[in-house]
Amino acid sequence: MGDFTWKKIGLIAEIPLRGARRLCFGHEGSPIAVFRTGADTFFALIDECPHRAGPLSEGIVAGETVTCPLHNWVIDLRSGEAASPDEGRARSLPVRIEAGELYVGLPIRETA
Amino acid sequence: MNMIAETREHLVVIGNGMAGMRTVEELLKLGGAAQYRITVFGAEPHVNYNRIMLSSVLAGDKTMDDIVINTRDWYTENGIELVTGDAVAAIDREARIVTSVNGVSVHYDKLLIATGSRPLAPPIPGLGLPGVCAFRDIADVDKMLDAARTQKRAVVIGGGLLGLEAAWGLKQRGMSVALVHLMPTLMERQLDAPAAQLLQRDLDRRGIAFFTEGQTEEITGIERVEGVQLADGRFIPADLVVLAIGIRPNIDLAKACGLEVNRGIVVTDDMRTSDPDIFSVGECVEHRGSVFGLVAPIWDQAKVCAARMAGDATALFAAQALSTMLKITGVDVFSAGALTAADEADDEITLRDDNRGMYKKVVLRDGKLVGAVLYGNVGDGQWYLQLMRDKTDLTDLRDRLVFGRAFAEAGSGSTEPDIAAMPDDTQICGCNGISKGSIVCAIKEKGLATLSEVRAHTKASASCGQCTGLVESLLAHATGVTAEKRLPAICDCTRAGHDEVRQAILARNLKTMDAVRAAFGWTKLEGCHKCRPALNYYLLCAWPGEYADDSRSRFVNERVHANIQKDGTYSVVPRMWGGVTTPAELHAIASVAEKFSIPSVKVTGGQRIDLLGVKKEDLPAVWADLGKAGLVSGHAYAKGLRTVKTCVGSEWCRFGTQDSTGLGIKLEKMCWGSWTPHKVKFAVSGCPRNCAEATIKDMGVVCVEAGYDILVGGNGGIDVRVTDPLTRAATEEDVMEYAGAFMQLYREEAHYFERTAPWIARVGIDHVKKRLVSDDEGRRALCARFLYSQRFAQADPWAERAGGSDAHEFARLPEMV
Repeated sequence: MGDFTWKKIGLIAEIPLRGARRLCFGHEGSPIAVFRTGADTFFALIDECPHRAGPLSEGIVAGETVTCPLHNWVIDLRSGEAASPDEGRARSLPVRIEAGELYVGLPIRETA
Repeated sequence: MNMIAETREHLVVIGNGMAGMRTVEELLKLGGAAQYRITVFGAEPHVNYNRIMLSSVLAGDKTMDDIVINTRDWYTENGIELVTGDAVAAIDREARIVTSVNGVSVHYDKLLIATGSRPLAPPIPGLGLPGVCAFRDIADVDKMLDAARTQKRAVVIGGGLLGLEAAWGLKQRGMSVALVHLMPTLMERQLDAPAAQLLQRDLDRRGIAFFTEGQTEEITGIERVEGVQLADGRFIPADLVVLAIGIRPNIDLAKACGLEVNRGIVVTDDMRTSDPDIFSVGECVEHRGSVFGLVAPIWDQAKVCAARMAGDATALFAAQALSTMLKITGVDVFSAGALTAADEADDEITLRDDNRGMYKKVVLRDGKLVGAVLYGNVGDGQWYLQLMRDKTDLTDLRDRLVFGRAFAEAGSGSTEPDIAAMPDDTQICGCNGISKGSIVCAIKEKGLATLSEVRAHTKASASCGQCTGLVESLLAHATGVTAEKRLPAICDCTRAGHDEVRQAILARNLKTMDAVRAAFGWTKLEGCHKCRPALNYYLLCAWPGEYADDSRSRFVNERVHANIQKDGTYSVVPRMWGGVTTPAELHAIASVAEKFSIPSVKVTGGQRIDLLGVKKEDLPAVWADLGKAGLVSGHAYAKGLRTVKTCVGSEWCRFGTQDSTGLGIKLEKMCWGSWTPHKVKFAVSGCPRNCAEATIKDMGVVCVEAGYDILVGGNGGIDVRVTDPLTRAATEEDVMEYAGAFMQLYREEAHYFERTAPWIARVGIDHVKKRLVSDDEGRRALCARFLYSQRFAQADPWAERAGGSDAHEFARLPEMV
């Protein structure tokens, strides 16, 4: 498990139930989305569908999946994997909650 | 001035037409510029243009500029000296000198004669009268266009390809046109009698008057043309007479200098004339007894001629089977090879559908195709031509050949296509380019068992769906299991279909998505992206004012009230009631576009203005600015009423019978904001000319003197469907009631994601008529339910969001410090 820089992004209530928000900052040039499921679980993914980089944060969240709004690829929120038969993976980032506030972890680049 | 001594040979080309210039182009491609310096003489004062397209210029489909092949710059860039407007008068083969009419003399090493052809002009009295012309060059087209502007009546003599195209072009230009043809049927060299009759019928319906078996005796007139007198006594008045009875090779120059000529300038297979330093190509040549009027063999001649000039001693010209097509918009004709059986040993197979204007004939000799005539549907023409050229043995295909390529190659003659016999590379899904082989391979390798699995893995039949039946057959063939015919389920979460769910919502008083999913035992607690929007819509429709819309079950466009684009930006389309706008609205739109640097502003097909490329975070501010000018959401993103397209109607138009614009605005004011199973588009035309294209809309109104014709279930798009007539209403109020009732019937009965066209195709127009026309009480009740639900639907979503609601949709989450 690598090291992370933890960024505070506010109260969990900022994110709609069965919804998502895109963040103002990204990771290595790619946007980040934070998802909230109907069961109040939080996930963060790079906000680019592995298919054509569609904004996953605009998709319909059902269970622990989100459907990309551009071509209906179904992405697993936990792993970022596309549901079969499509193949690909959106990178997932760790999320932490402390005192009702959300943090997303950005990996620190390993220096060789 | 070029100071280097010229060592190249001099090639002189007589004729700046298509054949000569194609030869020069081919020669340049072969590096001929190093071998030759080139001089071209053209009698016409123009650069080289596509003569075949003159008929399109006449008909107004193309402009002169469109048909120029090589510009003057091209000649300069390639070092070609071009002499235009100066015909060559003589060739001195001894001295190798050509002399032009204007007295220019040049020496040649190699000469190319490409003088083309002249219009055939039999000795008819009156040919020289002003108002008589041929149809051969730009000057002729100019004369015809001039006549079309100032004169009324045209007579075209000649019912071949050229004559018909001339007649159609003049008709398009607004003249009344009669066509005189010597033979009993049109295009008799390319079409057999049945196809020619269909052609004549179609053109007759388009307003061309035909005089077949008409021999022109005299073109009459004193100072200019007044009419055409036929030998059988018929007289046709005319202000313009176009002679288009054929062409003859232009051999005068060649004949005068002693080259061997017959009908044309005689050439051998290497395109040389009887003088080995003189070549000839195009319509002026005669090769093995044939002369040429179509472009394909002439291109072949150009290639062979250029190769020979470049030193290739092997290139040979051989005439191939030819095909003909007619350039009249919407009239599709194809012909190749033999028109009829030559004797009893030949087979003729025909397929004919008079009402649809479709005719096909193939002629077979010794099991091989030797001729094809197609009318109406010519898509397989090139395939037939290829079979003829390849001399393919068609013994096995004989029974299916006339039905066209798809059927011949895929089918066995029974109603079910023969899947087993189909080659692996046969394309099944045209949209996605998927072959039989790749589908079968995916089914076997991945163990696919259902249509939706095949779609997911191969994309076959996943776009327009036309090949669904074929894919199902393939699946059955590959798995050995025949597909169970069951109504499709809403999605993979359930086996329940749309209709049973909608009925249960009402019958069992189900008022939430959870209740519906529980009642039918959904396999996924929260459903999926397919069923959630459908259930949300069904509940909204069933319980207006009670059910709270779930924005999280809507596609992004309906959630943020704008259309997502492929780059993640959005488009914004304000409503313009009935397509009517004001200077103030246009100012507001212009200001917004400038203020927010909106990259693209486009007028839509539905008479609205589309602002494309708006950043998501700018949307509320854009809407606020538009709202200040009174502009509201155009719902261009919604499964709801998009637009009501109108023409200007009786307020301005001299043909308008009713106030179509006013009625369109009333309809739009009544129906905007409603949610429907899929998008809905209306149109109102003020007269049967139907400028608002009402006959391909979900609901169209065509005004007539006696009232309003209401049409439903039309659609543009992949599968164009013309509306079915519903009824004629007497007053605007009646139209409004029909419209409200129609909207509600569609809302209550169609499946989610089903446009009105497939819905009506599924339930039948008679069902719709029964509910809306025969049942007055039922219609009024439907309309009342629609108006009731509209009380909860007509709030401008843009104003709400510009005022701050759903702010989380538009702003990104910042990092907190």
